[in-house]
Amino acid sequence: MILKHFARKYLREEVLPSTFCPGCGLGIIINCFLKAVEELGYSNLNDFIFCSGIGCTAWIPSPHFKADSIHTLHGRAVAVAFGVKMVRPEHHVVVFGGDGDIAGIGIGHLIHAAKRNLEIVVIMANNFTYAMTGGQLSPTTPFESLTLTSPYGNIEKPLDVVKVIDAAGASFAARWTTYHIIPLIRTIKTAIKKNGFSFIEVVSQCPTIYGRRAGFKSAYDMLKYFKEHSVPIEKAKNMSDEELKDKFVVGIFVDREKLGFTSLYKQVINKARVKL
Amino acid sequence: MSELDKVFVDEKLCKGCGICINICPYHVFTVKDELKGIVTPIGQDKCTQCGICEIYCPDFAIAIVPKKGM
Amino acid sequence: MNNVYFWEGNVACAEGALIAGCKFFAGYPITPQSEILDRLAFRMPEVGGIFLQMEDELAAINSVIGASWAGAKAMTATSGPGFSLMQEGIGYAIMTETPCVIVNVQRAGPSTGQATRCAQGDFMQARWGRHGDQMLIVLAPNSPQEMFDLTIDAFNLAEEYRTPVILLSDEFIAHMQERVEVPSKVNLISRRKLKDISEAPFGGSLIPPIASLGDDFNILVTGSTHDEYGYRKTADPIVHDRLVRRLMNKILLNADKIKRVEMQNLDNADIGIVSYGGTSRSVYEASDLANEKGIIIGHVRLKTLWPPPEKEIKALAERVKVIIVPEMSLGQLSLEVERIVEGKAEVILLSKIGGLPITPHEILSKIFEVLR
Ligand SMILES: Cc1ncc(C[n+]2csc(CCOP(=O)(O)OP(=O)(O)O)c2C)c(N)n1
Ligand code: SF4
Ligand code: SF4
Ligand code: SF4
Repeated sequence: MILKHFARKYLREEVLPSTFCPGCGLGIIINCFLKAVEELGYSNLNDFIFCSGIGCTAWIPSPHFKADSIHTLHGRAVAVAFGVKMVRPEHHVVVFGGDGDIAGIGIGHLIHAAKRNLEIVVIMANNFTYAMTGGQLSPTTPFESLTLTSPYGNIEKPLDVVKVIDAAGASFAARWTTYHIIPLIRTIKTAIKKNGFSFIEVVSQCPTIYGRRAGFKSAYDMLKYFKEHSVPIEKAKNMSDEELKDKFVVGIFVDREKLGFTSLYKQVINKARVKL
Repeated sequence: MSELDKVFVDEKLCKGCGICINICPYHVFTVKDELKGIVTPIGQDKCTQCGICEIYCPDFAIAIVPKKGM
Repeated sequence: MNNVYFWEGNVACAEGALIAGCKFFAGYPITPQSEILDRLAFRMPEVGGIFLQMEDELAAINSVIGASWAGAKAMTATSGPGFSLMQEGIGYAIMTETPCVIVNVQRAGPSTGQATRCAQGDFMQARWGRHGDQMLIVLAPNSPQEMFDLTIDAFNLAEEYRTPVILLSDEFIAHMQERVEVPSKVNLISRRKLKDISEAPFGGSLIPPIASLGDDFNILVTGSTHDEYGYRKTADPIVHDRLVRRLMNKILLNADKIKRVEMQNLDNADIGIVSYGGTSRSVYEASDLANEKGIIIGHVRLKTLWPPPEKEIKALAERVKVIIVPEMSLGQLSLEVERIVEGKAEVILLSKIGGLPITPHEILSKIFEVLR
């Protein structure tokens, strides 16, 4: 018998090979997520509901995961997830999205879900660009980077989405890259178990669009770059902005114990019923 | 395929991205078909079953026999 | 025993939603809809339901979609600019066959226009506001009682036909206070659920059964072109053609069952009127005044705006030479009436904008002008 990759028990065989380009980091994110699920003891995805928007990343759960999933409008996955989670609080509701989907068009919903500390997990694949539409500027495109819509170099500083989540008061926020598989798996496990809003940014290689334009020769080249340019958060604390200019600060940025929205809403129902 | 094999590559899924070739510390993989870009394990005996290639393979093409007792 | 209340239209709508079994409401404050939001904020938790004030109308409609797919009867309510913001989400709900109710209390536009004033300028937007070919159901109440009744109807139709249903009210009706009778028993319809994984949730029959997220049927919901099992097939012309035609047909082929319309004096009419919503109230009064003068108005009052009750409008056109269409817009319903009567009667628009309702006397003088 030929042994199968561990993730395939959670995937729809009929959609493999995936539509992702060779070497795309999104496959590594799938593996890390499903490894976390496996290590938490789930033999299938029945306890999960997945929401995604539009973009390459949004295709992670839909159609790949053998699970209930809803592939929504561009930017709206977190809003849809809010409705889903309120009606199915016993399920783990997980959102996957690109930097454009989550932190561009959808950032309003993201901040408010973080502020409400809604008990969902949001995994944002940051490939620095709008990949599905051919490689335009995104909110996380590095300064001076060339994209289709910044042909003279990006004049905007990238948005630190993890900081935004922190400021909004969510329970949990972390950043890793697709190079950091072991800590990423561990972090996803923590996020799934957390009773509050959990945000994980995964810096991910898009070798076809961003990588090629930025001069990377292969997917592995990008993984190596991620490794060499990552700084753990503890170390970054003692580094200057100049030193951190082209670095990815990785690690767990926020981890607070705090009541989540669905538990608070239960209190509202109790108050309303006492009054009756 | 032998009883002792520890590394499997599903040729239907491999897209030849080359990540496994570079990531495996023991250089277990090599390109089998340049044209189709499919890799194959050539160093079964060197594999320590660490399993990292299985996670890094973006196309669910690699499977590693779990280490005994794991 | 029926209970009787004295409610304004918006309150009647909120209470109708609760009776219909609505367990999820998400909204955003906007005049003249806000009383629905405010009422449900305290009423929804009492029935163990979910009330959310969202960050914007995009969030409102999209969380309603999520809630509906998770299995709840869900509703949002808005006005004017908020309705414009919701259009993309309504298109998604049509494509994914999401049962839900969207209340739009019309106000005067364009843009922020006259925020507190009445208008009927969203008749076409309700039907055509989104990109792509599509059909949905639009109902129009003309009293607080109908704000109540048609809200329940809207939920039933949404569940039965697996579609978003728009309740197109207006400021006049929403803020009018009247007697509302709440029946002790109402007929409620619930969505047909998928029983077996082999059933197709997105095809196979005109109105396929639905599975909720969390029911463990591994359901795939997408707003992109999909086959009957939910798999994206965006490059397949046949799949797209079949899907979009079915989505249109499930409403159009059932138009007779969806139709709610009121007809008065068709048989011996001297002149015809087609109206809906707040404006129709003035038509009743004008009709009484005309009667005193020996003129009989044949009145077709639409409760279902889309799909329009074509037979009834055609029947009116067979009997009269002129149909007057009074509306608080520069001509939207009149265009649709013109299309339907195909020249069998002359269609004359009586329009008024500016926020004040069309009065019975204005209708009457138009009638005299036409009959002279
Ligand atoms: C309202 C709307 N605007 C624009 C688009 C077009 N669009 C599709 S995907 C996308 C961006 C995708 O970028 P990102 O979210 O970063 O995901 P990636 O493809 O990089 O994974 C855009 C702008 C759309 N589908 N809907
Ligand atoms: S375009 Fe980029 S992000 Fe999209 S699948 Fe290809 S490599 Fe991945
Ligand atoms: S990492 Fe996977 S897809 Fe890439 S070359 Fe190796 S086996 Fe093939
Ligand atoms: S399991 Fe480890 S040693 Fe074996 S092939 Fe994979 S990476 Fe190399």
